[in-house]
Amino acid sequence: MAEVKEMNNQAVLDKLQFKFADAIFNVSEPFDLLTITTSKDKVIEIIQFLYDNEELKFRFLTDICGVHYPDQELPLGVVYHLHSLTNNIRVRIKVFLPESAPRIQTLTGVFLGANWMERETYDFFGIIFEGHPDLRRILNVDDMVAFPMRKEFPLEDPNRTDKNDDYFGR
Amino acid sequence: MSDIKIVEAPPGVEGAGFFATSLDKAVGLARSYSLWPLPFATSCCGIEFMATMGSHYDLARFGAERLSFSPRQADLLMVMGTIAKKMAPVLRQVYLQMAEPRWVMAVGACASSGGVFDTYSVLQGIDEIIPVDVYVPGCPPRPEGIIDGLTRIQELVQNESLRRRDSDEYKQLLAKYGIQ
Amino acid sequence: MAHIKLGDNSLEKETVTLNLGPTHPATHGVFQNILELDGERIVSAQSTIGYIHRAFEKIAEHRPFYQITPLTDRLNYCSAPINNMGWHMTVEKLLGIQTPKRVDYMRIIAMELSRIADHLVCNSVIGVDSGAFTGFLYVFQKREDIYEIFEEICGSRLTTNMGRIGGFERDFNDVAIAKIKKFIVEFPDVMREFENLFNRNRIFIDRCVGVTPVSAEKALAYSWSGPLLRSCGVDYDVRVAKPYCSYEEFDFEIPVGTTGDIYDRFLVRNEEMWQSLSIIKQALVKMENEPKGIFNAEVPDYCLPPKEDVYSSMESLIYHFKIVMGEVPIPKAEIYHSVEGGNGELGFYLVTDGGRAPFRLHFRRPSFINYQAYVDIAKGGMISDAILAMSSLNVIAGELDA
Repeated sequence: MAEVKEMNNQAVLDKLQFKFADAIFNVSEPFDLLTITTSKDKVIEIIQFLYDNEELKFRFLTDICGVHYPDQELPLGVVYHLHSLTNNIRVRIKVFLPESAPRIQTLTGVFLGANWMERETYDFFGIIFEGHPDLRRILNVDDMVAFPMRKEFPLEDPNRTDKNDDYFGR
Repeated sequence: MSDIKIVEAPPGVEGAGFFATSLDKAVGLARSYSLWPLPFATSCCGIEFMATMGSHYDLARFGAERLSFSPRQADLLMVMGTIAKKMAPVLRQVYLQMAEPRWVMAVGACASSGGVFDTYSVLQGIDEIIPVDVYVPGCPPRPEGIIDGLTRIQELVQNESLRRRDSDEYKQLLAKYGIQ
Repeated sequence: MAHIKLGDNSLEKETVTLNLGPTHPATHGVFQNILELDGERIVSAQSTIGYIHRAFEKIAEHRPFYQITPLTDRLNYCSAPINNMGWHMTVEKLLGIQTPKRVDYMRIIAMELSRIADHLVCNSVIGVDSGAFTGFLYVFQKREDIYEIFEEICGSRLTTNMGRIGGFERDFNDVAIAKIKKFIVEFPDVMREFENLFNRNRIFIDRCVGVTPVSAEKALAYSWSGPLLRSCGVDYDVRVAKPYCSYEEFDFEIPVGTTGDIYDRFLVRNEEMWQSLSIIKQALVKMENEPKGIFNAEVPDYCLPPKEDVYSSMESLIYHFKIVMGEVPIPKAEIYHSVEGGNGELGFYLVTDGGRAPFRLHFRRPSFINYQAYVDIAKGGMISDAILAMSSLNVIAGELDA
């Protein structure tokens, strides 16, 4: 059996920085979870590297989700959580996109399971995953035009007439 | 001796070898204890409905043994769980497929009023699209609550006039929902 | 969907389209699948979901932290306490709250009980769909006992809203402890009876063995987790991989399958129930060794004070008011925490900006992620097998559609 080397966040980061030195910024470790930010051109390459690397083996896609920071220059974020089951380490990769053209490459080529996660992110935030096999709305009705998880979208149905604001103190 | 209770006969005139009562009452009695419910279970309340149908609470004791999963043979539509706006046309279609006389029971807060989900995607009570006879409160209601709702439906069924479904009032009610 | 032209080896010229759901009784929920059929064989399928989309994540951005617990109830309503406590633990991790050991053991008892309740529903429904109603009726009687325990603990059966940030609202009372002990004694008989009905049943085996098998590679590619992933032979369990709530102190095994077919999923869940029972026994012993009466971490800023104090003491009233109005300090942070839910890794990705409500809360919902493989595994099989495969995935509509 090969020598088992203890893999930790620093080792993962070293490998990433060695390979993608100028594409990794904002490194942090909130609650022991390695978090990096990268650009939309590099993200798939980085995830592919994490997947393929024989020592890292990040071969479990925990989650993909979107975040909307309306005050940022690049307001729409896509957050990937990857898990290396062999090393028992998670990593979080963030990408930020402009609101005018929220386009990013799809991850479905690496993980089959990214399919619905990306559809959900598209449905909620309007982020377009290029190359996705079937990018349609998934949870909301097909004819919806807005993207409901964006901050400006109201929680309650704006068309309701039966609610008198006076009763709710607002 | 078994202690099975038999429902009492409706008020009527009894004599040697005959018993006379009004047709309404006889039909109401028969209908109320042989309801075929259609469980339209979408979420949490559906799990409580499973408990209600299960061996512990046993809804069958109340004359609703036979669940009808086809709307065409069902008498009672039991809507259990949140109805999202995506689901609303489906629910309406199921209601339209049911034959008269039909009753509707909204089980739980979501079906009755949207419950805690006051959001863009949830229908704020099924009575926005179909008429409802009995609302059962709770999130989810306990099985006892669902059984109570069913007995209320039975009361309605027993006391309904045979001509109610032909009345102008009823037609107006349906027209309000755009149902012919 | 367009019909597909079939080759000469089929009796039909082209496929037939069949709409299954969203109200079909065999789907146990609101799943729609449009199937293209060659006779009874599924050539291709398309799923539509979202029929009970309730916008949990949007609501969560408008609610203070303790008000999000009732939302988590309604995700996977078959095992609500796991969701509740997963959320509480996420917030505790965020705030750096250390819970007393006794609280951990109490939580483990509640969580493992609900895991049993969750698996009982799934496995008995596999029985119902393969034509054996009896098992369902047997185990649902025992499942009522779990509900009664929950009722003693928190007053509610299904959507429990159990516990608080920092621990529990009140201690387990004597009746609850007695009922848990009674359950530990009685459950093995019921479970053995259930297993005797199914495990070596010829009809059941014929319906399940070798049906819709999934390889470990495929399961991982689809990000499966929980009993489904383990049935394919991957021993990933969050309770062991990333222990939370003192799970590292417990002695239990992770059952794994080999082929990932329906029978393996069934067996893995059954074995997990036995393991859960063993964990509950251990937790009960550990709990009784801890000092009595501790059911909460000392965090008055986040944990609602007891109701009787709120009515009688000024300080408690102020804390109550502060918490209810969301006027408590929340650090600005970003956190991912996951627990082993009934269906797999239930994750909470929480971003806070210091405000009273989360800035963003995303639930990693195992049902949603597991279910996307359904079309893939149902393809090529018979309709009746597809129905059974769906119940063996244990997809909970609330968790699927968020």
